Amino acid sequence: MVRSGTLILNVAARLLLPLQLMFSWFLLLRGHDEPGGGFIAGLVAAGAFALYLFAYGRRALEAMLKVSPRDLIGVGLLLGVASTLPAWWHGQPFLTAQWWTIPLIEVEASTPLVFDIGVYLVVLGSVLTAIVALVETDDDA
Amino acid sequence: MQLAVLGGFGVAAMAPLLYRWCGARAAIVMALLPTVIAVWLMTLWPTIAGGETLWREWAWVPGLDITLTFMVDGLAWLFAMLITVVGALVLVYAGEYLHDRRDLPSFLAVITAFMMSMLGLVLADNLVALFVFWELTSITSYLLIGFNHTDPAARQAARQGLLVTVGGGLALLAGFVMLAQAGESWSLAELTERGERLKAHALYAPLLTCVLLGAFTKSAQFPFHFWLPNAMAAPTPVSAYLHSATMVKAGIYLLARLHPALGDTEPWVVTLSLVGALTMACGAFLAIRHTNVKTLLAYSTVMALGALTLLLGIGTETALTAFVAFLLAHSLYKGALFMVAGILDHETGTRDVTAMGGLRHVMPRTALVAAVAALSLAGLPPLLGFIGKELMLESLLAAGHYRAVILPLAFLAAFLTLAVAAIVAIRPFFGPRRETPRTPREAPPGMLAGPALLAVLSLSFGLAPGLLESLVSAVIGGIGAGPVETRLALWHGLNPALVLSLASLVLGGLVFYRWDRLRGWLARLEPLMARGPEAGYEALLRGLVLLAEWQTRLLQNGHIRNYLIMTLLVLVGLVGHALLMRQTPSLAFTLEVYPHEAAMAGLMVAGAVAACVVRSRLTAVAALGVVGFAIALTFVLFSAPDLAITQLLVETLTVVLLVLVLFRLPRFATLSTPIERLRDLVVAGLSGGLITLLMLAVLAGERLPRISDYMVANSQSLGHGHNIVNVILVDVRALDTLGEMFVLALSAIGVFAMLRFHAGSCATQRGSGTRGDDDG
Repeated sequence: MVRSGTLILNVAARLLLPLQLMFSWFLLLRGHDEPGGGFIAGLVAAGAFALYLFAYGRRALEAMLKVSPRDLIGVGLLLGVASTLPAWWHGQPFLTAQWWTIPLIEVEASTPLVFDIGVYLVVLGSVLTAIVALVETDDDA
Repeated sequence: MQLAVLGGFGVAAMAPLLYRWCGARAAIVMALLPTVIAVWLMTLWPTIAGGETLWREWAWVPGLDITLTFMVDGLAWLFAMLITVVGALVLVYAGEYLHDRRDLPSFLAVITAFMMSMLGLVLADNLVALFVFWELTSITSYLLIGFNHTDPAARQAARQGLLVTVGGGLALLAGFVMLAQAGESWSLAELTERGERLKAHALYAPLLTCVLLGAFTKSAQFPFHFWLPNAMAAPTPVSAYLHSATMVKAGIYLLARLHPALGDTEPWVVTLSLVGALTMACGAFLAIRHTNVKTLLAYSTVMALGALTLLLGIGTETALTAFVAFLLAHSLYKGALFMVAGILDHETGTRDVTAMGGLRHVMPRTALVAAVAALSLAGLPPLLGFIGKELMLESLLAAGHYRAVILPLAFLAAFLTLAVAAIVAIRPFFGPRRETPRTPREAPPGMLAGPALLAVLSLSFGLAPGLLESLVSAVIGGIGAGPVETRLALWHGLNPALVLSLASLVLGGLVFYRWDRLRGWLARLEPLMARGPEAGYEALLRGLVLLAEWQTRLLQNGHIRNYLIMTLLVLVGLVGHALLMRQTPSLAFTLEVYPHEAAMAGLMVAGAVAACVVRSRLTAVAALGVVGFAIALTFVLFSAPDLAITQLLVETLTVVLLVLVLFRLPRFATLSTPIERLRDLVVAGLSGGLITLLMLAVLAGERLPRISDYMVANSQSLGHGHNIVNVILVDVRALDTLGEMFVLALSAIGVFAMLRFHAGSCATQRGSGTRGDDDG
């Protein structure tokens, strides 16, 4: 398997990971008005974790993630489906977008945002599942 | 109403939690759900009895005319009542029957989910919603038949039930689509009012065929009856509930519901009468060959389902009255008898009626319940079954069509059923006491309550049929023509029907008396029976497997280049065909390029060519990367930053994945022959050429208004966002995105499973999996 052992990669991965994740959240949250969105943000986050994986290996990544990437897929799908439900409350058809402004902080929340977070998690989970699975077979072979 | 059903699914999902809190009593708690719904239905009764229909509308996908509108009329009310009342009793019974099973919570969850699907099915007004619930009942039934999933026979039976009913479901879907086209509505209520138009429509014959196929497979009509007795591999509460009182009646319900829309035509009457009569006779005849009490009852259920179909086919007012009375009677006594069968199985450890005897001394209450229910099954006074059977015989005697065929078959079924009833009620409980694998005791109250209540209902409706009159007229008012006055009575006077009943009593008694010898004779017919419809099903399945193997060897042989060639050729074929048929592609275009665009195009071409000719894998990957990044640049130039970012990221992650894979690949070598490479060149050239033509066609046809202008103008008002790509993805076309999310998730799970299995097989080949796993 890829065993880096190079100092530069190790340090870079450790320092870059939080930055990349923050960037991915930034892309996710601004996605509705500016370039970005759940799909892109999910890919960025997956890239960040992939870098960490190369530097420190699967065990370290799993220890840091704490949850299995496959669970991320499940949660993402659940969020995606859940975001379709609030419309029923208002007697509107399935999937009609709902918008609320959270008082005090004046931030707009909406079902499309929840949906987008679902997309983010599904993309992140899927890519990581594939990468980790490949690394795992590498370990075995 | 919708909340009751959808919330019910939520309750079903909570079964494991309930089990953790209350243990085996969870079943009783779960039974509260159908009880509450039943009580609520009771409060609706005055409205329904007045001939009104209750509506609860709820839009689902209005763009596709799909609604989750529920309606309650007499027919729906009757079925919903049966589902909830029998459901509550079965839940209580199951809690006792399966109390020592650790998978009781999953059983409760699935059976509650089934209950809700069935409720949705009988309440839905929209064809699409009905179909979804219909399929849900098939799936939950599959899980329930195969509940003892360690038993191969149960798995086999579950798969058979699923394939037969889902196969019919496919036909039903086609039938529904045609029905909606012919009637120009997806609403059952509207369709029933357009009966004349539907019957005159050109699509009437095919749509009737498809709908009937769906209903017949679901309700185990001949020649699809074979799955139902096999489904007895399920735990007894399931047989009592799904395979006698509810699910198998879904087909009957559908036929009754569509009776005003499609019924009373020549094909309808002939098909339903003949299939129904054949099913009746065949079910009753097959029943007496068996000694397994559940199989006996299952075949007599087949007989009853045939009778219901036959009555709908005849369709006169008497026949419809008989239909309702018989439907109710059958659900009551058959549910009770199945639960008694479960008690016998549970207490004695055998299901063979010839192995039991004299049990009335140890379980007198069970014997009493069994006797009452069996009297109703036999069609003897003073039970509801008698009224149902008398009405049926009367309507058959009055039937105009094919009376000469139907009547003997129905008579045969009637006296054989009587024999079945006698076998079930007398053999286990009377005669000398026999040794059984387990020492029997009286059934616990939890198991006895259900059948006892159902038997009491059979008896009291039989003694006071007046109670049912308003129900019967409410139901047939909906499925027949307009409101009718119904009179139900135990005593119909001395008429031909009574004579037939007496004759069947004598003959049935004779069959019961000579049963053991009769079975010996029937056993000689065994070779003939082996060629029945079930053999046809098996042959079909074998053929399907062979076909699948053949096409897998041909198309999916594991060489990725073959998959690629196949995909590309199909694409070229289909798109090329459409392109050439629709318009003659013009190759005329004006070339107007800026130098930087030309440079980028050149970069792409160079990258692609390099990827083909270099002799190192890493270089090829890099060259492909050049192509990808050049494409991303193109997106940037044409102001599509979202696409550009996505492209860049996908390229990056592709490199990551390739790096992981590269290590595992064998040394780079030329393995293909020159001819194969020529073939690859042709395929590549074709697909490249096609895409070029497609682009030219798109550029030439600028007639359509550009959708992006519309989106730019409306994204703020429609989706509260400025980024139209994102607004389209998460709002305007969110349903598509949701579907894609599931596709992505499935493919990730597929990759995971494939690699995991591969790793597993590698590990076993090496004999141990101790190596590796210690990176980092």
